[in-house]
Amino acid sequence: MSDAQTMTLEEREATLGGVGTARKRKEDVRFIQGAGNYVDDVKLPGMVFGDFVRSPYAHARIKSINAEAALAVPGVKAVLTAADLKPLNLHYMPTLAGDVQAVLAEEKVLFQNQEVAFVVADDRYIASDAAELVEVDYEELPPIVDAFKAMDEGAICLREDIQGKTEGAHGLRKHDNHIFEWEIGDLEGADKALADAEVTVKELITYQRVHPSPLETCASIASMDKIKGELTVYGTFQAPHVVRTVASLLSGIPEHKIRVIAPDIGGGFGNKVGVYPGYVCSIVASIVLGIPVKWVEDRIENLSATAFARDYHMTGELAATKDGKITGLKCHVLADHGAFDACADPTKWPAGFFNICTGSYDIPVAHVSVDGVYTNKAPGGVAYRCSFRVTEAAYMIERMIDVLAQKLEMDPAELRLKNFVQPAQFPYNSALGWEYDSGDYPTAMNQMMQAVDYAGLRKEQAEQRDKVARGESRSLMGIGVAFFTEIVGAGPSRNCDILGVAMFDSCEIRVHPTGSAIARLGTKSQGQAHETTYAQILATEIGIPSEDIGIEEGDTDTAPYGLGTYGSRSTPVAGAAAARVGRKIRAKAQKIAAHLLEVAEGDLEWEIDRFKVKGLPEKEATMKEIAWAAYNNLPEGMEPGLEAVDYYDPPNMTYPFGAYLCVIDIDIDTGESAIRRFYALDDCGTRINPMVIEGQVHGGLTEAFGIAMGQEIAYDELGNVQGASLMDYFLPTAVETPIWETDFTVTPSPHHPIGAKGVGESPNVGGVPAFSNAVIDAFSHLGVKHMPMPHTAWRVWKQCQELGLTK
Amino acid sequence: MNKKHVKMTVNGKTVEGDVEARTLLIHFLREDLGLTGPHIGCETSHCGACTVDLDGRSVKSCTLFAVQAENADITTVEGMAAADGTLHAIQEGFMQEHGLQCGFCTPGMIMRTHRLLQENPNPTDEEIRWGISGNLCRCTGYQNIVKAVRYAANKLNDTTREAAE
Ligand code: FES
Ligand code: FES
Repeated sequence: MSDAQTMTLEEREATLGGVGTARKRKEDVRFIQGAGNYVDDVKLPGMVFGDFVRSPYAHARIKSINAEAALAVPGVKAVLTAADLKPLNLHYMPTLAGDVQAVLAEEKVLFQNQEVAFVVADDRYIASDAAELVEVDYEELPPIVDAFKAMDEGAICLREDIQGKTEGAHGLRKHDNHIFEWEIGDLEGADKALADAEVTVKELITYQRVHPSPLETCASIASMDKIKGELTVYGTFQAPHVVRTVASLLSGIPEHKIRVIAPDIGGGFGNKVGVYPGYVCSIVASIVLGIPVKWVEDRIENLSATAFARDYHMTGELAATKDGKITGLKCHVLADHGAFDACADPTKWPAGFFNICTGSYDIPVAHVSVDGVYTNKAPGGVAYRCSFRVTEAAYMIERMIDVLAQKLEMDPAELRLKNFVQPAQFPYNSALGWEYDSGDYPTAMNQMMQAVDYAGLRKEQAEQRDKVARGESRSLMGIGVAFFTEIVGAGPSRNCDILGVAMFDSCEIRVHPTGSAIARLGTKSQGQAHETTYAQILATEIGIPSEDIGIEEGDTDTAPYGLGTYGSRSTPVAGAAAARVGRKIRAKAQKIAAHLLEVAEGDLEWEIDRFKVKGLPEKEATMKEIAWAAYNNLPEGMEPGLEAVDYYDPPNMTYPFGAYLCVIDIDIDTGESAIRRFYALDDCGTRINPMVIEGQVHGGLTEAFGIAMGQEIAYDELGNVQGASLMDYFLPTAVETPIWETDFTVTPSPHHPIGAKGVGESPNVGGVPAFSNAVIDAFSHLGVKHMPMPHTAWRVWKQCQELGLTK
Repeated sequence: MNKKHVKMTVNGKTVEGDVEARTLLIHFLREDLGLTGPHIGCETSHCGACTVDLDGRSVKSCTLFAVQAENADITTVEGMAAADGTLHAIQEGFMQEHGLQCGFCTPGMIMRTHRLLQENPNPTDEEIRWGISGNLCRCTGYQNIVKAVRYAANKLNDTTREAAE
């Protein structure tokens, strides 16, 4: 008898390494030995390098460009400008938001560090030397830096290419610098709720401009084989298949002659969803020169030119009864999109899923309107580790709840408990149009409050406040509560597409004769451990150990078409496709098993890794035996082989949620904050790999900490970007980063094949309000309602000073 | 541009090459020697992705010119596993404790840990955090990296103890 037959059920489960096991990561083996394959590791024969000439000004007219000196440098192959791209109709490229973005600036530059020319040379040093020699003559124009002034009467028109166009991709434009207005909900109802309310609050909540800044910057290599007419593009692409489609549409090269490869990616967090001028220029240069061209962004370029996030000015209003029942919500957002509308949102959602902003609360009536405007800042508007505009929404509502609690003199946790959507209300239809799939908010909240001894903390805080008042202490204690509901897993094709391609995802699997398998998916991991976790989903479905299932993504020649990895969509969408493809395999396997065991299909039952004949437990066929039979001993008329494909269009999104708490101590005299404690309870439905989930939560919380406490891409009044280097832009080190306590509840998604919801972004969404609420809570007894992020020591100290607390 | 001849030891092998005076060590390691362990995250000495061990010190290899490494003895993550492929205790620690996600910071973190544990074979968590503070990680939130370092310290200390017994 083989080992497989003598093993106990538990041993077989353990060997399987399926859903629920803390399986060690498959991908680690190469990364810990320096054998990863990131874009900059890829070297092609004859490859040359591209580097950009960038604008020093935020707003200026280009009078002339002279590349002679640059072209004279030995080793320089070409200098591309808008004049070279224009005949190919490539000087502008379409953005995901229905706008266009300049690949190389034509007549005007619209933000500092905008791409003006692309220098191609034998190595990166020569390219960079030559870029310095390109002479660009500019005539400076007044910049618009403050989004609130963009639509002033007489404000200078930034986008002359669309001047006078009164309609954009998302409806009417009210002003030359207006992009769109998007509204949803019941305006009249919300106004009435506010007018009739016993209590109302209103606050301008700004979520500052930040940047995802993964450790690896963006990069691409294009290689045009002129003889075969084939283009290969390697790049830092979170959505490689979409890049292929865009490349085909832009270049006219048929899609089957373009191969896009996203190799290992050194973190994405939304930064690597969009298409950037660097990608396009490397492609064009390779087409022109017929040799491979590599472009690698440096850190300053990364922070100042590709993919900012947030920059939302949100005016929230809540209506409530005296005893704290919320009766209505209204929110207006002024969205600063920078010089081009390059937001990475599904086509019909110019403000993403911001309308999740009723949060976890049963709010009867609500209205949201968003005005997008152009300014002289970098384009982007990506979802930095969150689903589209979900962290902005969560920040707004979670801050507003605290503002309301303060006005009502009610405890913020109690106010949340009082207004939660109740378990019996699911599936819950929110006032702003979403159908929440499942949730149990009170249980999660109570579990959190017990775990941290919430009542005890509040008591301690009161005592501490007294001490400060008596002059016995110089430290203020803040407690930040946040309870978030996300909306992830875009998405149902009825309302989500990217450039017209429905947001499904896919999995293809092939089981080999000896019982191992290869599966390919349309997503692309940037560190989320897909090679590990997808194999676990498949293992549970098809009874083949996860160790024996190879996972591949990122090569458009081999993987099935998918929309990529962002917005926590991999598990909800591609993970569902994996489960379903597994079920297709198992269905065929059952037929083969019936044939092998000479019984009817219905006489079989599934057990971990095999089919057994009901009532005759010794008669069984293991998946390994079935796989072998699939290639040599099939039922009459059955097609040989064991493979399947599934394209999954989810019926709904998933709605992960969680309860977070942060305890902070603030030094009144320095403004420095010390995070004493951070507790995060997440409910992401079925848990595929608890180790990976915990890692995702740690990482997301650390990003949230960075955002709330220090990150900002700021501009001075001339539009000079401040702090676009790691000297100035705050990426937390191990020293400042708090210690994370994690916890969970499990409320499976009813519509997902295995009940999973996605987790990677929850900690960013819930973390930011928890930190911010903690800082502001430290001052709430002194009448402070809101303090803008980031809560740096300087700003907090200034708050102390304004309150007369400093010496 | 004028090139200078350089010679150094990398992962136990003598290597040579002709470089410009301004060529950064990281570019020599990656472009001329074809190593893929040391990574570039900033080129401004902030991120630590390019960390290598040079003559018994942790060095951010984007901070040094290749010519400054003349005659130096350099170890990169590629030189950490034993010749038979057995992983180093630090590599094992990172894998066991889930100390990496995208893996981009990992070679630098491992090389920094390597030196840290020689300077301080039994660091406290606080000392580990300070010890790796020149290396940024955007994915893990550091908690599991601290655990990975502790795992490696314990394992290395056990081995030393066994050897002494
Ligand atoms: S690349 Fe050397 S420190 Fe960042
Ligand atoms: S694992 Fe991605 S930067 Fe550390």
